[in-house]
Parts: sequence; C-alpha cells; structure tokens
Amino acid sequence: MSNLIALPIILPLIFGILVAFIPKKRKLSRTLSQVFTIIQLLVVGYVFLHVLQNGPLILETGGWAAPYGIIIVGDLLAITLVLTTNIIAAAAIFYAPQSLSKQQEEFYFYSFFFLLIAGVSGAFMTGDLFNLFVFFEVLLMASYGLIVLGNGKVQLRESIKYVLINLFSSMLFVTTIAFLYSVVGTVNMAQIAVRVQEVEQQGILTTIGIMFFFVFATKAAVFPLYYWLPRPYISPNPVVSALFGALLTKVGIYSILRTFTLMFNQDVQLTHTLFIYLAAFTMLFGVIGAMSTNNIKLVVAYNIIPAVGFMLMGIGIFTETSISGTIYYLVHDMIIKAALFLLVGIIAYVAGTSDLRKMGGLIHHYPVLGWFFFVASLVLAGIPPFSGFIGKLLLLQGGLAQDEIMIVIVALLSSLLILFSMIRIFIRGFWGEKTENPHPERKPAASKMVWPAGVLLAMSITLGIGAEWFYPTISNISEYIMDPQIYIDSVLKE
Amino acid sequence: MEILMAILAGILFTTGIYNLLQKQLLRIIIGTGLISHGAHLFILTMGELKRGAPPILTEGVETYTDPLPQALILTSIVISFGVTSLLLVLAYRAAQVNGTDNMEQMRGNDYE
Repeated sequence: MSNLIALPIILPLIFGILVAFIPKKRKLSRTLSQVFTIIQLLVVGYVFLHVLQNGPLILETGGWAAPYGIIIVGDLLAITLVLTTNIIAAAAIFYAPQSLSKQQEEFYFYSFFFLLIAGVSGAFMTGDLFNLFVFFEVLLMASYGLIVLGNGKVQLRESIKYVLINLFSSMLFVTTIAFLYSVVGTVNMAQIAVRVQEVEQQGILTTIGIMFFFVFATKAAVFPLYYWLPRPYISPNPVVSALFGALLTKVGIYSILRTFTLMFNQDVQLTHTLFIYLAAFTMLFGVIGAMSTNNIKLVVAYNIIPAVGFMLMGIGIFTETSISGTIYYLVHDMIIKAALFLLVGIIAYVAGTSDLRKMGGLIHHYPVLGWFFFVASLVLAGIPPFSGFIGKLLLLQGGLAQDEIMIVIVALLSSLLILFSMIRIFIRGFWGEKTENPHPERKPAASKMVWPAGVLLAMSITLGIGAEWFYPTISNISEYIMDPQIYIDSVLKE
Repeated sequence: MEILMAILAGILFTTGIYNLLQKQLLRIIIGTGLISHGAHLFILTMGELKRGAPPILTEGVETYTDPLPQALILTSIVISFGVTSLLLVLAYRAAQVNGTDNMEQMRGNDYE
C-alpha cells in the first residue's frame, strides 16, 4: 500500500518517456498528454485522500530501513503541494496547444513538461537531502529545456543567466550537504534532525543552516538573491512562465520550511529574526519592481517576489498560526500565480504587445478575459472573499501575536502596492475608448485559452470562500510541522 | 591531509568565482567547471580521508574507506557534466545569435 506514494513521481516520468517517442505527431502527443495529465491528477487526488484519512505514507525504497536507504515521505503537507502542482499542470496542458508554436510542440515540450512535474513532485516528497538535490536537478534540467525552447535571441540570452545562477547554487548545495555530512554523518532528514540535537558545537550547525538558507533563497528569489528572476521568467512561452512562476520558487520556499522546522530549529533567535528582516525587504523590493515597469509580463513576474516574502515572514515568525498562514498562502499563491501568468499571456497575445502604453480598450472585445483578470488581481492582493485574504490574515495575526509590528505594517503596505500594480494593468489595458481590435484573427484561440485560467481562478475562489472546510486540514499540517518529533518517529521506526 | 585538501578546494573555489565574474562567456563556463571540481573535492574530504581499502568486500580486510561520499560524488559529477554540456551548447548558440560572447554586450531592454 505504501508503494502508492511513489506514483506521483513515477507516473509523470513514464508519461514523459512515452511522449518522447512521438514528437512529430502533434495531435497524438497533445491528446495523449492531456489524457495522461488527467490520469495523473486523479491518481494524486486518490493518494491525497488516502493520506488525509490514514496519515502519512512512507516508502522505504528497496526495502532498506530508514537511515540507510532512500525514503519517500508522503505527509499531508507534501501531498497537498503535489496535488496543487498537478492541478496547475492540468490547467497548463489544456492551455499549451493554443499558446505553443508548431516548432515548440515538436521539440519535446510535453516530455520536458512531464519531467518538470516529476522533479517538482519528487522534491516535495523526498526524505533525504541528497535526493532533494537530485530532484532539484531533475526539475532544473527540465526547466532549462523549457526556457530555451523556441530559440529566440532574448531567450538564449536570458537562459544563460538562468542556467549559470542555478548551476552555481546547485554546486553550493552539494558543498553544504558535504559540510553537514561531516558534522552529523548522515543525509537522511529525520536522522539529521535527531543528530543535530546531540552535536555539541551548535555554532557550526547554525552556519550550515544559513548556507542552506542561502541556497534555497537563491531558488526561491528572496532579497537580496532575487535579481536573476524577473527577466528569465518572462522570456519563454506564457505556459512555461506559468509553470515556472507557480512551481519553481515554491519548491525553494518549501525546502526552507522543511529545513528550518525539522532540522535547524536550535538557534531560532538568530535564523528566524534574519528571516523576518529579509522577508520585509523581499516584499518591498518586489513591489517596487512591479510598479516600476510598463511590461505586463514583468509586472506579474515581479509579483512573485513579494509573495515569497509573505511566506518567509510566516516561517520567520514561527508560531502555529503563522506557519498555517504560510501553508495556506503557499497553496493559494501557486494557483493564482499560474492563473495570472496564463491570463497575462493571453492579454499580450491578443494585444500583440506586452507594453502597457500601447494597449487599451480591450474590455470591449474580450469581456471574459477582462473580468477574469480583474478577479485574479483582487485575489492576489487579498481582498476578503478570496483566498489571498485568509493566508494574509493568518500571517498578520501571527505577526501581531509575536509583537512584530514592523513586518505587519510592511506586509499591509505591500499588499496595497501589489493591488496598485495589478489594477494599473486592468485600467490601462482594458478601460478606455473602444478601438479597433488589433488582431481579430486571434480571438478564437484566446477564448479557448481563457478557460484553463478560469478553472484555476474558480479553484482559488473556492479556497477563499470555503476556508472553513480547508482550515482544519491546514492547521493539522502546521501542528505537525511545529512538532518535528512526529516526523522523526514516523520515519525512524525503532 | 584534510587541511591540504580543504585549502586546495578553497583555491578551486576562488579561481572559479574569479572566472565567473569575467566578461567572456567561455571563461565563465570554465569557472563553473572549477567550482564543481571544488565541490566534489569537498564531498570527498568531508567524509574523512581515513586510510583503508577500496569499498569492495574482500576477505581479510578490516577497514574500508567511506563508500557514501563516493556515491554522492559520482551522482554529482554526472549531473554537473550534463549541465556543463548544455551550457556549452547554449553559449555557442547564444554567441552565434547575439553576435557576441561578451556578457556586457548581452544586455537587453524591456520591449524587444
């Protein structure tokens, strides 16, 4: 029964290999990928329900007991994130055919897509640090393929920066694992968590912890390591941008959450205070970036950064309320960022430009797109009935309970500025005199593309309105996260 | 022995980072190569350089070297090999398309 937990990793791997055999048959590989993604979503949904009812599923691969073999830990947090990943994947795969060019589809887009999903699911569920590195590389390799697919001048230039920064941080990750191995003598997360308590010189562990934070913060785009993110994220196809914006930085945040709640929670005073300061700067610099540009794709890409700041703030405050805020915000942000990137992709496609100064009056031709975008902006900013509100509310409650007034003020201010930067797109792009439709021939494709984003939007509205149904699960997860002993006991059965 | 190895890995990291900060694309890639060598050397050193037989079960041998870091390095080498070859091809294409291999000139503006 515990083999069930390997399915979210194995299924996309198999599907990715299968569609690699038929790159030139576009119709077939399209339909197959859509069917595969739906199968995957159903399977992951079933696994999620199983975990929800019966507790964490733990798979010792190859039958080797916990500290010696590689283990896959499907606890509620991991499986929730995997489910969210698969929902986003399903939306992206139905958006992709309209958005991709013939050449992009023929050159293994679908294989890269499935490998990316496999890597992300693996990174969420692994119970072993070196394995986490390997899954990071799996997802990064797929993302290198996706980012350069299409071969444009700008894409080539931006992907070099992206590959370089990720290669450097991966090498640093390996070095840090080596340091940790020399101190505790294991790479299994649960056993590290046990051994960390026994090590006498805590200073060296704090140093290693900060190094891990540096590595994951580079992946997650935390201030001051966010400089690489905006440009590479907008240069590929919109569907690729949506996958990146929704999944990649969130893997970094998830790793910070795991590392600093499970393993390095011995010097909370130092590390978590650092997180709070960095979170504040991340929010501010992110929104400043988002307000500074007229490129609509860049506005959304910059808006990833303050969201990362919000989640880091929850980790920094480190109480049960704030951690549940972080988890809620994580799920919400994955869904809404995917929806926003998809919507902005459509806007740039129908307007023929991503320059805000050159568009206007789109609401007359594309009312559905306009109102979807409007609602998505409100969700992102955290207006009450929608899902962004609950996450932020929990984070702010957690902050106030710990007397972290400054960060609460910064968070509220940056929410306001996020709303400003998004509504600016709505006002300048959709309002205005009725002008001639710049590209009338693009209307049918756009109306097909808008529905996957609409489904994600509906999901995030449900997440907000039905907060009462979801909150008990989220608070269960945060209770579990705050007590690492449960994780350790369930992995190391002695 | 560990101290010597640590100094060596440190030198590899220094030269690697110096090369990363250069303008020419090929130098940057050489820098990444040096850094990954440094990282791999670190893994080997961190597992402690005890004297012992190679980790192959043989009769009559009491002490072996630590097999885990060797497996980790092997994995990491293959991965960085893959990434480096991708990076080389990417740099080749980018230099061809952009007409320059100077990172200073590979800037762009918002609306192209």
